[in-house]
Amino acid sequence: MILLWLILIPLLGGAISLLAGRSNAQASRWIALGAAGLDLVLTVSLWFNAPTGSRWMYEWDQEWIPQLGIRFHLAMDGMSLVLLLLTFLLGVMSVLASWTEIKDRVGFFHFNLLWVLAGITGVFLSLDFFLFYLFWELMLVPMYFLIGIWGHERRIYAAIKFFLFTQLSGLLMLFAIITLAVLNQKATGSYSFDYQTLRNLPLTPGMARLLMLGFFAAFAVKLPAFPVHTWLPDAHTEAPTAGSVILAGLLLKTGAYGLIRFVLPLFPGPVHELAPIMMTLGVIGVLYGAFLAFSQRDLKRLVAYTSVSHMGFVLIGIFAGNAIALTGAFITMISHGISTGALFILAGALQERMHTREISRMSGLWKTMPAFSGAGLFFVMASAGLPGLGDFVGEFLVLLGAYRANVNLTAIATLGIIAATLYGLKVTSQVFQGPNKNNWSLADLFPREWVIVGCMMALLLWLGLYPQPFIRLFKPALENSAQTVASLHGVAR
Amino acid sequence: MSTAPLIASLPLVLLALTAVLVMIAIAIKRSHGATAVITLVGLTASFVSILPASSVAPVVIPPLLIIDQYALVYMALILAATAAVVLLAYPYLSRRSEHKEEFYLLLVLAAEGSMVLAASSHAISLFLGIELLSISLYALVSYPRAEILPVEAGIKYLVLAASSSAFLLFGLALLYMSEGTMDFSRMAAHSSDLSGGFVPLVGTVMVLTGIGFKLALVPFHLWTPDVYQGAPLPVTAFIATVSKGGVFAFLLRWLAMGGGASPTLLLVLGIIAMASMLAGNLLALRQTNVKRLLAYSSIAHMGYFFVAVIAGGTLGRAAGTYYLICYIVTILGAFGSLLALSTGARDAETFDDLRGLFWRRPVLASVFTAMIMSLAGIPLTAGFLGKFYVLAAGASSEAWALIIVLIVSSTIGLVYYLRVVVAMFTTPDRGEIPTQAPALGVTLGVALTVLTTALLFLGVHPEPFWTAIRTAASTLD
Repeated sequence: MILLWLILIPLLGGAISLLAGRSNAQASRWIALGAAGLDLVLTVSLWFNAPTGSRWMYEWDQEWIPQLGIRFHLAMDGMSLVLLLLTFLLGVMSVLASWTEIKDRVGFFHFNLLWVLAGITGVFLSLDFFLFYLFWELMLVPMYFLIGIWGHERRIYAAIKFFLFTQLSGLLMLFAIITLAVLNQKATGSYSFDYQTLRNLPLTPGMARLLMLGFFAAFAVKLPAFPVHTWLPDAHTEAPTAGSVILAGLLLKTGAYGLIRFVLPLFPGPVHELAPIMMTLGVIGVLYGAFLAFSQRDLKRLVAYTSVSHMGFVLIGIFAGNAIALTGAFITMISHGISTGALFILAGALQERMHTREISRMSGLWKTMPAFSGAGLFFVMASAGLPGLGDFVGEFLVLLGAYRANVNLTAIATLGIIAATLYGLKVTSQVFQGPNKNNWSLADLFPREWVIVGCMMALLLWLGLYPQPFIRLFKPALENSAQTVASLHGVAR
Repeated sequence: MSTAPLIASLPLVLLALTAVLVMIAIAIKRSHGATAVITLVGLTASFVSILPASSVAPVVIPPLLIIDQYALVYMALILAATAAVVLLAYPYLSRRSEHKEEFYLLLVLAAEGSMVLAASSHAISLFLGIELLSISLYALVSYPRAEILPVEAGIKYLVLAASSSAFLLFGLALLYMSEGTMDFSRMAAHSSDLSGGFVPLVGTVMVLTGIGFKLALVPFHLWTPDVYQGAPLPVTAFIATVSKGGVFAFLLRWLAMGGGASPTLLLVLGIIAMASMLAGNLLALRQTNVKRLLAYSSIAHMGYFFVAVIAGGTLGRAAGTYYLICYIVTILGAFGSLLALSTGARDAETFDDLRGLFWRRPVLASVFTAMIMSLAGIPLTAGFLGKFYVLAAGASSEAWALIIVLIVSSTIGLVYYLRVVVAMFTTPDRGEIPTQAPALGVTLGVALTVLTTALLFLGVHPEPFWTAIRTAASTLD
């Protein structure tokens, strides 16, 4: 039941925020902050009280459409718990980040923001494929509004492109889901959309490959993997700050989560078989994303392309077929959510102050806003993989694990870290350092921004220096997902 | 003589009585309000009489009609949709100057025709139903006689519908020639003995042509955009829902009886379905008029429906029926929202009428958005579950090609649905003051509330409907 509340709180909070926003914009902000904060507190308390030993820490299972075997089945294990912590943390941060940025239609803005969060929460908790698809789509529509209404210059184009990419790939997944249910009906006589039931459904290799590709289409677009990443730079750049934070920090993670939770355990055969191709796509993503990031002139677009690069590492880690790489992929997901989220918040704050995102117009900001620039340096370095911060741990483990699977690809992927240093240094040298050519005189971090930046720095340091508590939390869940694939790899060797 | 046939045909009889009552009432004294109330009461009475009728069903009323659970489900749907159209039409007509009362008479007659189709088991009742429906529609389409567009649309509809009726009639004649009976169940029994042959095939294709015209499937869709645009909004809503509902009901029954069981025919139907899905969605992309856009989108939706029809079986028929119910609720809501924006002078139908609606009339805009999202098949709305059932039916009969086309074309469809939504939240240019639409009346308010509730209910809690529909669909086996 508590799991249902995690979804209901943002839904209700959004509705109240919408009503309150009609008369009082400030109230609407506080309500949104309260709803996201309450969920964060609840999730933390779930963490401290988590029972150990059972497969699912918390579960809620209700009948919904019995004729088709559709159930309202929510469950939480370590993996979902960590991702939910990230979700509500970034939820709070994005409400805070848009405190002064959003001045129009504040109520409706927070309504959409909280409903996206509710959709994401549902995605991380659903164990019924029908329900999963429902939440998958539920996060789409409010996100579309966030980009389309409060975005920047080319917002309509970006919003529609985002929607079309996700919808087409989502329908392919829906098709695969329905086919699974129908196959189950042919095998056992009753329809089922249940995770556990369908996990045990025997599939012919050809069918398994097709279905796996159906799921992969949806998750690869969200991740995004090369070559279906083209919606990402547009959507991230045009979205308002909160939208970019949620897109980069959370929506991309739903793709990776789907791969780990559904694709690995349901289709171990095809995963093993297609692993070299998937890892190659990941390596291309790493290098291509970093290369494009380096050549951007728009600060937000640059950060957007770094996401493509980091998600390439995640893709490699997921398909490398061993526990180390998978752990690395998962840590990358979390720390990328925090570091890139923070970079988008800083880029948004810069745009609010300077009214531009052009890197060429910025220079020497260190002189006028030292604390802000220091924070910028910190997160850029985190993103570039500086040891001691979260991203390093994740990417290092990915490469370590991938080395066992494929030496050549790993060697090439390692170049990605160098490329990351290049774009990291580009940002620091061209934005923060150098002479203050344009004589900018800007306000340094506000107290509200200190809070955001401080929290995120602390978390990145925690992840970078002592990730063990998190690893202990999600490790059993990851192993459960990957056990069949890992055994296949073992046999292959 | 037993009373069962009388009770079973009560919905039809009561609706016919309503038509007579409306006529008499108009002859005594013209009163818009009274006529509308009589119509609504008649529709309700007929709707309620479905309960006793279903307790005696199935009843065959030889030789023309068969009243079983399946027919009754469709009758209930037709009656409910007609009642919604009455609610939508009332404020619309009261803003206009023509004689208002005959509108309801025509509406009731058309609904009666549609209901006859749902219960038809014989070529004669098929033709009677279709003609009753069509002839009422000719008059309804061109009801605002003083304007050019409706009259043009009416003539277009008249010419094309009459020729399609001719096709249908000729097809039926050919079937009679080869089978020697006009009863569909016996016809099917014969044709399976004969195993094809040229004449019955041609006859079947001609019957399908007539039906395809009514449903506006590619390549018989050419009348749709003009008629949708030209007809007054409530009539457009009626054509999109009630007129199609009855024809559907007949088509499903006919195919279930084995009328179109041959593989050649299924192939033809498959091609028609794919062409409708693709052409409808592609042609809709270029529209700037919302009525025309919805016309093309309806072509695509008929294509989706056909995926379920081709899948066949109890699941396919139930999925098709569920899809139809969802579509009817959605499209009535969409046209209802447009009606709420229309003034006495003209219908709201361009993108400009919608511009900035989110900020002017947030509730109405949300309702319209929900309807558009349902047409696009976004979860939590009826349209999604409809599409879900259709996909499930298609997947269980392994109609892969159809499903792929469905997925691709509904993504194309999303482009123009989103354009409608985008128009609603863009801010209107300065200086351009959109025409102030009148306040939402009681009838329209009630209709839109009920439709929105139904939309969400169908999208979230399909179980009661699905059970009823499945039971009804299994009576055809």
